[in-house]
Amino acid sequence: MSGHASNYQPKSAFGKWFHERLPIMDMVQGQALDFPTPKNLNYFWTFGGILAVMLVIQIVTGVVLVMHYTPHVDMAFNSVEHIMRDVNSGWLLRYMHANGASMFFIAVYIHMFRGMYYGSYKAPREVLWMIGVLIYLVMMATAFMGYVLPWGQMSFWGAKVITNLFSAIPFVGDSLTTMLWGGYSVDNPTLNRFFSLHYLLPFVIAGLVVLHIWALHVVGNNNPTGVSVKSPQDTVPFSPYYTVKDAFAIVIFLMFYAAWVFFAPNYLGHAINYQEANPLVTPAHIVPEWYYLPFYAILRAIPDKLGGVIAMFGSILILFALPWLDTSKVRSGNYRPIFKQFFWLFVLNCIILGFAGSGAPDNYFLSHEAAPPDQWALTYKLVGQISTAYYFAHFLVILPLLGLLETPKPLPASISDAVLAKNHPSTVAVPAE
Amino acid sequence: MTLLKTLAIAAAGLVLSLGAAQAAEGQKTAKDISFSFEWPFGHFDRAQLQRGYKVYKEVCANCHAMHQMSFRNLSQPGGPEFSDEQVKALAASFQVQDGPNNDGEMFERPGLPSDRFPSPFPNEQAARAANGGAYPPDLSLITKSRPGWYGTINQLINGIGGPQYVYSVLTGYTPDDQLTEELKKEQPEGKYHNPYFANGPWIGMAPPLSDDQVTFDDGTPSTVDQMSRDVSAFLAWAAEPKMEERKRTGFMVLIFLGVLALLLYLSMKKVWAKVH
Repeated sequence: MSGHASNYQPKSAFGKWFHERLPIMDMVQGQALDFPTPKNLNYFWTFGGILAVMLVIQIVTGVVLVMHYTPHVDMAFNSVEHIMRDVNSGWLLRYMHANGASMFFIAVYIHMFRGMYYGSYKAPREVLWMIGVLIYLVMMATAFMGYVLPWGQMSFWGAKVITNLFSAIPFVGDSLTTMLWGGYSVDNPTLNRFFSLHYLLPFVIAGLVVLHIWALHVVGNNNPTGVSVKSPQDTVPFSPYYTVKDAFAIVIFLMFYAAWVFFAPNYLGHAINYQEANPLVTPAHIVPEWYYLPFYAILRAIPDKLGGVIAMFGSILILFALPWLDTSKVRSGNYRPIFKQFFWLFVLNCIILGFAGSGAPDNYFLSHEAAPPDQWALTYKLVGQISTAYYFAHFLVILPLLGLLETPKPLPASISDAVLAKNHPSTVAVPAE
Repeated sequence: MTLLKTLAIAAAGLVLSLGAAQAAEGQKTAKDISFSFEWPFGHFDRAQLQRGYKVYKEVCANCHAMHQMSFRNLSQPGGPEFSDEQVKALAASFQVQDGPNNDGEMFERPGLPSDRFPSPFPNEQAARAANGGAYPPDLSLITKSRPGWYGTINQLINGIGGPQYVYSVLTGYTPDDQLTEELKKEQPEGKYHNPYFANGPWIGMAPPLSDDQVTFDDGTPSTVDQMSRDVSAFLAWAAEPKMEERKRTGFMVLIFLGVLALLLYLSMKKVWAKVH
């Protein structure tokens, strides 16, 4: 597919002149319009397009917000309220940007789970997958620094807790933390460097997205059968088939997004962040935004600070090794009956981890009640520990073993066969065992 | 429907992954009174906001600042909508410090609509000194920063209950003669018992309202309950002054996107009809 020749023929004299100097229209024709795409992609494949749109929305709203925001500890909070009250449609920009971050993460989590279920990380898509994990890492850093900018109570204390983690690193930890802070505590220099990096990193993400799409266009899309494209009958040109399907899915996702922005704009944040940062008053509970909760649970599951930090970063870095941890040759979970069940267990476990990260460690799980110390009790911490163990077991034990032990279902001979079998069951012969 | 399944999973995952927020130890859940501005179709009751402003101005403003608010906000659309003349007269009834003038002196002048609400104390230390060490918080964002209740699903459906929190604190004092002996022993000097208070149950603020304290211009009887409701509504508007514009825009956006989605869906069906 990398060598897919475009049929681009310049129609005008100017087009020809330009084409000879910069064949960009040729690339558009070949990679964006004619690009052969499996004809059986389901709606889970629309989240790539949705994520691209979210990135653009975040960058555009962010650039305009910066025109009205002041990155200074004495003025940041008030400048955000100025945006909410005095800037024309400022409330809309800010709510789009704040909720946009949550929508971005919802979409990226669905996109990642899609890749995990259909084995989109397997050969030849390992590099494509790893660039994706890198994008996710940069996204997390970007969102974290963005949450600090309004300089509310949770902004400040969240920044304090997370930056403090780096002090656990042996030898260089303290210097590293001082460098992050620009001093000896979270203060104006911290806000300034976070602001600078929060503006920079989205463009790093945009660059990585270009690499991600490039890698995708070298190896081509995976598809729900996991069977590689074998003939032109298996594919349709990206445009108009997937441009219109993606556009439809994007608009549906925008409606979901709009429902939050216009009717529950503060639900996904923390009430306490509408109180200006005060270094002398610690909030009763410091919790990160919802999209970090599973990792927060992993951090707290390990009693040792350095161990917790290693486990937390390890839980993301392990995704880089996923293509080699999964030993099965079959890509799609549709043809792996046992893997399929473990996949949903893994999703459930991630949700439980999210809950485990949300409460005070020594309270009973899903309760506000403190558990008695020195006595066995199902606390947030214990649930977090069990789920953390399962999280790593999924990658390090279950996936490697399943590939060796599981008998997959017979694969369809081709994508076309699978599509025909689904739509016209009588016309296709049963594939040989 | 794969799409429905996708959305259902997305929504379920989202709802589930939101942790249950934590209530302060022993804080009582706010009284669930209803306001006109709840739900997507709700909007503010102008008369109530005007009454609420009067309660703030005559009672709360003695100790609590609202430094995000300017007099001009009182006449903007979606708020109490006082007339421009009323706001001019109101602002002029305050003396504000301005300057320095060409001689380098600060001077006093009558307020303008563009001025912020004057703060009762020059700084936090002065406020604490005048209030027995307690700091009366700025009320500009109080209904957005103080939840009245908790719970992932509860807050999704009913909001965080900020206005209800304010109402409950104002009406939730335990009268001194109803305090149990045990509580009386715990009672710190100059503090009052209020189980709804977030950092409670002991609060530095004396019960601020009593019946007939404010005379409402529209003849509404000024009971403690009425004044508490009205000032809570006023504070809810002050915290989110663009709420009505937001909801109105939201409906237009959703209708637009809905029609666009339908057109795209039909186009998609037509384009894909020839495949397979």
